[in-house]
Amino acid sequence: MKQIHVSEISDAVEKLCIEANYDLGADIMTGFKKALQTESSPLGREVLERLIENAAIAHEERVPMCQDTGMAVVFAEVGQDVHVVGGSLTEALNEGVRRGYEKGFLRKSVVNDPFERVNTGDNTPAIIHYDIVPGDKIHITVAPKGFGSENMGALKMCKPSEGLEGAMNFVVETVDKAGGNPCPPIVVGVGVGGTMEKATFLAKKALTRTLGQPNPEERLAKIEQELLERINKLGIGPQGFGGNTTALAVHLEVYPTHIAGMPVAVNINCHATRHQEVTLEGRNE
Amino acid sequence: MADVIRIETPFTHEMVRTLKAGDNVLISGVIYTGRDAAHKKMIEALARGEELPFDIREQIIYFVGPTPPKPGQVIGSAGPTTSGRMDAYSPTLIGKGLTGMIGKGLRSAEVISAMKEHGAVYFGAIGGAGALMAKRIVSAEVIAYPELGPEAVRRLEVKDFPAMVIIDSQGNNLYETGKAQYRQS
Ligand code: SF4
Repeated sequence: MKQIHVSEISDAVEKLCIEANYDLGADIMTGFKKALQTESSPLGREVLERLIENAAIAHEERVPMCQDTGMAVVFAEVGQDVHVVGGSLTEALNEGVRRGYEKGFLRKSVVNDPFERVNTGDNTPAIIHYDIVPGDKIHITVAPKGFGSENMGALKMCKPSEGLEGAMNFVVETVDKAGGNPCPPIVVGVGVGGTMEKATFLAKKALTRTLGQPNPEERLAKIEQELLERINKLGIGPQGFGGNTTALAVHLEVYPTHIAGMPVAVNINCHATRHQEVTLEGRNE
Repeated sequence: MADVIRIETPFTHEMVRTLKAGDNVLISGVIYTGRDAAHKKMIEALARGEELPFDIREQIIYFVGPTPPKPGQVIGSAGPTTSGRMDAYSPTLIGKGLTGMIGKGLRSAEVISAMKEHGAVYFGAIGGAGALMAKRIVSAEVIAYPELGPEAVRRLEVKDFPAMVIIDSQGNNLYETGKAQYRQS
C-alpha cells in the first residue's frame, strides 16, 4: 500500500494557508477586470480598481489581502488505497493550519467555544471535511473563510411546492438582505437538495469551484446564469455603494432529496474568495 | 472619479456638517481603532463612571482588527470589519462626542438617529482591501486593552486614508441611494 507521512501533509497545509491569503486567484482577478468593463457606477469602478491594486500589493509584498484571514476550511479527499503514517491525519491538518497562521503572520480568529469565546491563539481547530475516494493520493483544498460574508449565509427548508422559483427567490432575497456586509462583489454558493447539512455543505463546496466555471449540467448552468443576472439587478454593487456588479458568479450544486423536502442553502463568499489546493502522491513502502 | 475631499483630524462638528453621502474622502491625522470587545469594555468603563482610554470628542474610530505585523511593518493588513456588531455601542459614544466611524456594512436606525442628533458621519472603507489600507497607516500604537490582541485599541496616524461617506449627519445613506439608483427589479 502507498503511504504518505503526516509531516508532508502538515507542510503542504502550512503553505496552502499562506498562499491562499497572499495570492488572489487568477480567476477572481479576471472576474474583477471583466467587471471593470461592465460596471456603470463610477464609485463601483473605483472600488474594483482598488481591489485590483490591493491584490497586487498583497502578492508582491507577501502580506494577507484581507485582515480577516478566516477560519481554515479544509476539504480532504483521501484515496482509499493510501496509508497515512507517523500520526493522526486530523492532527496533521491542524498542525499545518497552526504553522501557516503563525509563520504567515495571519490573524488568529478562532475562539475555543461559542459561549466562552477565548481565542485559541493559533487559529485551530480547522473545519475539516473528509471524503474517501478511489485511488492512492490525497487531495487537499484549503479555503480560509472570512466571517463578514459567512454571517450572511442562510438555509431554508423550502416546501417542494415552492419549486425552482421559490428556491431562486430565496437565494436572491438572501443576497439582497446581505447588502454591503459581505464585501461585494461576492461569489454565491448554492446547495439544493439532500438533507439540511448536505445542502449547506454543497453550498460551501460550490465556492471552491474555479470562478465562473459553470455547472457541467446545462440546465443547472442556466439556473446559475439566471440567478447571477437577477442578483446583479439588485443594485447593491461593489461594497454596496450601488452598481451592477454585486456578484461575480453563482455556483450551484444539487443532490437527490426526500419526497417531502427541498433544502436550499446559500453560502456567500466575499471578493476575497480564497482557496488553494494540492495533490499529495502516495509513496511505495 | 468624483472629486476627492481631504479631511484632517480632529474631525470637527463643522466639518461633519459639510460632508454628504457619496463623497469620496482621504483622511489624514490621528484615528483610533476598536472592534466589538474594545467597544464593550469602553461602554462598561463609562457605566462605572470611569474615563475612556482616549478623549473621544471630535475623533474618528476605525472598526478594524489587523493581522499581526511582519518584521519591519507598522501594522498588518488593516481593512474594516462589519460595523453592525458595534451598533449596540456606537450611540453612547456618539453621545460622548465621537464624530466619525469607519467600517463596512449596514448600521441600525438607533445609530443613524444618534448621528443626526449629535452630528456624526459614518464612512465606509473598502472591505477586504487590507493590504492597500495598511500602506496608508504611518504609525500604530496600542493605547488600551493590550490583552485583546488584534482587538486592542490602537492610536493610528494615517495619511490619505481612502474612504467614502456612507451615512451623513442628515441621515442620507449611500447604501440606500446607491442601490436605488442602480436597481432594475
Ligand atoms: S467579508 Fe471577506 S473581504 Fe470582507 S472583511 Fe471579511 S474576509 Fe475580508
